[in-house]
Formats: sequence, structure tokens, C-alpha cells
Amino acid sequence: MISILHSLWRVLRHTFDRRVTVQYPEERRVMAPRTRGRIVLTRDPDGGERCVGCYLCAVACPVDCIALQATEDETGRRSAEWFRINFSRCIFCGYCEEACPTYAIQLTPDIEIGEYYRHNLIYEKEHLMIDGPGKRPGYNYYRVAGLKIGGKDKGEAAGEVPPVDVRTLLP
Amino acid sequence: MSETVRLVLCIIIIPNVVLTMAAGLIWLERRLLAVWQERYGPNRVGPFGLLQPAADAIKLLFKEDWIPPFADRPVFVLAPAIVMATGILTCAILPIAPGIGIVDDLNIGLLFFLAMSTMGAYSVVLAGWASNNKYSLLGGLRSAAQMLSYEVFMGLSLMGVVIMTGTFSLREIVEAQRDGWFFVPQFLGMMIFLMAGLAETHRMPFDLPEAEAELVAGFHTEYSSMKFGVFFIGEYAGVVVVSSLMTTLFFGGWLGPWLPPLVWFLLKTMFFICLFILLRATLARPRYDQLMALGWKVLLPLALLNVVVTGAIKLATTGGGV
Repeated sequence: MISILHSLWRVLRHTFDRRVTVQYPEERRVMAPRTRGRIVLTRDPDGGERCVGCYLCAVACPVDCIALQATEDETGRRSAEWFRINFSRCIFCGYCEEACPTYAIQLTPDIEIGEYYRHNLIYEKEHLMIDGPGKRPGYNYYRVAGLKIGGKDKGEAAGEVPPVDVRTLLP
Repeated sequence: MSETVRLVLCIIIIPNVVLTMAAGLIWLERRLLAVWQERYGPNRVGPFGLLQPAADAIKLLFKEDWIPPFADRPVFVLAPAIVMATGILTCAILPIAPGIGIVDDLNIGLLFFLAMSTMGAYSVVLAGWASNNKYSLLGGLRSAAQMLSYEVFMGLSLMGVVIMTGTFSLREIVEAQRDGWFFVPQFLGMMIFLMAGLAETHRMPFDLPEAEAELVAGFHTEYSSMKFGVFFIGEYAGVVVVSSLMTTLFFGGWLGPWLPPLVWFLLKTMFFICLFILLRATLARPRYDQLMALGWKVLLPLALLNVVVTGAIKLATTGGGV
């Protein structure tokens, strides 16, 4: 009996406690920068597409919501011909971001992607591509990859040395 | 104002006010529970979310009113009507204030209330039976046992008040409390009545007939649309009625200084409604056998003791006369 009265009092005291609810559309929480929300494709600082169409994101995706087709231009630079993410399947696990070798695919703190029609949740490449480098400013895959690509031979990029002809090293 | 006009107005207004309050309680309960759980509760529909019950009612009306093909159709339809009818009929005996009340000086007022609340048990039992569903039936069985046993202590707990006043008329009971409210001499009776009232209206923590965890929704598992809504409103109407009887029998009804009688009555009733909600917010549901054991092994002897002691004191002080 005493314990019941005590619990009643303890519950009643909550009347004056601060409410924890965030009144969503009016008040918004500041999302942490690494929140896993809407997926974007980023560009390198020079404005080129980072995605090299390696399919690792599609392989890593546990719900198979990523589909793409790789293509190669005349200079040997690879990119995605088309890139499609079905957000009605996506579980925002972030495995694609972890798998990506070029930091192209990234998850953003935007979580407001509700739609009235399911097919509106299928994002094509033009919906996914953003103009900036996202969370990795200054990173340019082709500048550090040591790869021969159109307009850049091996060893010409920053921090690279030209390849050594091993035959000159013979004794 | 002539007597007939007064009566007609009371007949129209009082049940409507009780029903509106019962609907408003849906909002009040959700808001209060939210406050005690550090949330906001429904606050979107209208100012402070006050139109939430209207939105709920509209939603319920637009839902499919489905009667299962295996149900006992006439009884299935009748059951929700009973709970509503008994709830509204009990409003007739409430002495809200001098001059406000339908038949509030009925000389068997208290017995009428007990009769109606027993009738209310039929609603739940018949709903459980007519649904022809094992969970509904189990809910109905539980509620039959629970309501019938708590009916006994509810009646006995009120006998103390009846002995002290010598009348069943609620208006005379209120008048007898001018010298002091009955919750002091009848504290035991009040506590037993409170618990029995909780069990009668199958409110938390005594909502075993509809224990979700074990019985889906109990007796109203098969009910949909406004039939479910009627059960819902009926339960809240029961809360309003039990709270106003608490006020009437133990807390001096409309009596009180400064404020008009009507305001006092409403204030006290609201207090008990809030207490009901606080109890819901606080207490966990007991096991079924604990509920029955509490009833028969604790509350029944206490209620009998209350009657015996009150009777003995009355006999000693007045020498047997009333």
C-alpha cells in the first residue's frame, strides 16, 4: 500500500519534468554529420565524377538496392553509365559507403525523403549526383591512384614519382 | 422556469455532457499519460489537440463495420448497446447540483446505480460470447468473474454510507455531508469503492478482460468501427459515472465554499478522473489469480468489517433509531 502511494507520487512528480519530445516539423534536431541518410554520388574537387563503376557498392549492398552499369570513355576513364538506387529498399546501413574505393558514394544527414508513390523513391544518377565533394574535400582518386589516364601519365600527379625502369637498376 | 422545462433540459443536457466528457477523456487521458511519461501526446488536431476525439470518431465511422460470419449476430450487435445504455441510464441518478439532475432524489438511487453497473457486466460477457472467438470468450469469462465479484464489495463498501445516512437517495446522502464529508469516517469504504470502481469499469490496473499481452484485445477483439467506439466511450462513461459517485458519496457532492455548486461537483469529479488516469499511469496489471485473491480474501472481509463497525457505532450512538 505504501509502495503504491510512493509510486503514485513518483509518477505525479513527472508533471513538472521537461518533455523529451522534439516537435518535429517545427523543431528539428541537428543531425550528426555522419548520420546515415539519403545517399549521394559526389564529385572530386575538379568537378569530375568520382564513381569509377567498380560495382563494389552494389555487391556490398545487403538488400540489393543499388544497380549500375559501368562505362569507359576514350581516355580510359571509367564512370557509371547509369546509376540507380531504390530507396524503398535501402536500409541505410552505409555498407556501400564503406565499400567505395573512391569515396564517391556517401550517405548524408538528410533523412526527409518520404514520398507518396513508391516509384518516386527510385533515384537515378541525375538525382543522386551532387556538385561537391561531400564529406571528403580535396580527395581526387585519379590524382593519387598512380593510374595512367587521359591527360595524365603515370607519375605525373601530386606526390607521385615517375615509374622506374627496372632494367636500369640491374648490376 | 417551470419544473417540466427544467427536467427536459436536464434530460437533454446531462447525458450529452457525460458523453462529451467521456469522449473528451480520450484526449485527457492521452495528454495526461503523456505528461507523466514526459511526452506531449496528441497536440496536432485543433488547439492543444482538443479535436482528437472528433478525428478518432470520424476515423472509426469510416472504418468497415464488420460482423464476423461466425458470430452470434443479434447478441453481437446488442452487446455494445448495453454498455452505452447502462452508462447513460446511470447519469439519471447523479445529483450534480441543487436543481440539476434528472431523478436524483430517487429513493433507491444507489441501488439503481449498483443494478446498472451489474447490467454493464452483461455487455462484456455477451460480447465475449457472441464473438465466438476463444480470446474474446476468455476475456468475457474473466470479466464475468471480475465484475461479479467486485460488484459484491462495491455494494458492501457503500453500505457504510447508507448506514450513516439511513437512505439510498443520493441527494439526501449529499445533504447529510454538510457537517463533514464521508471520506473521513468511511475511509475504508472509500478505498474499497475506489478499487471496486476500477475493477467495474475494467480500467487499468484491473483491465484483465482486455489484457493485450495474453488475450489480444479480450472481449472486443472482433469488434470494429463504431461498435468498438461504443465500447470505448462506454468505458469512459463508466469512469465519469464512478468518479461522480465517488464525489457524491464520499466527498460531499456539490458542497463546498465560495464556488457555485455545479463548479464544485465538476472540479471534484475531474479530480477523481485524473486520479484514475494517474493510477493507470502508475500501476502494473496484476495476475488474474492475484486480482481474485485480493478481492475475496482482502476486500470482502474489509468491506464486511466496515459495515459491522459502522453499524455498531450507529447503534451505540443512536440506540437503533435512524
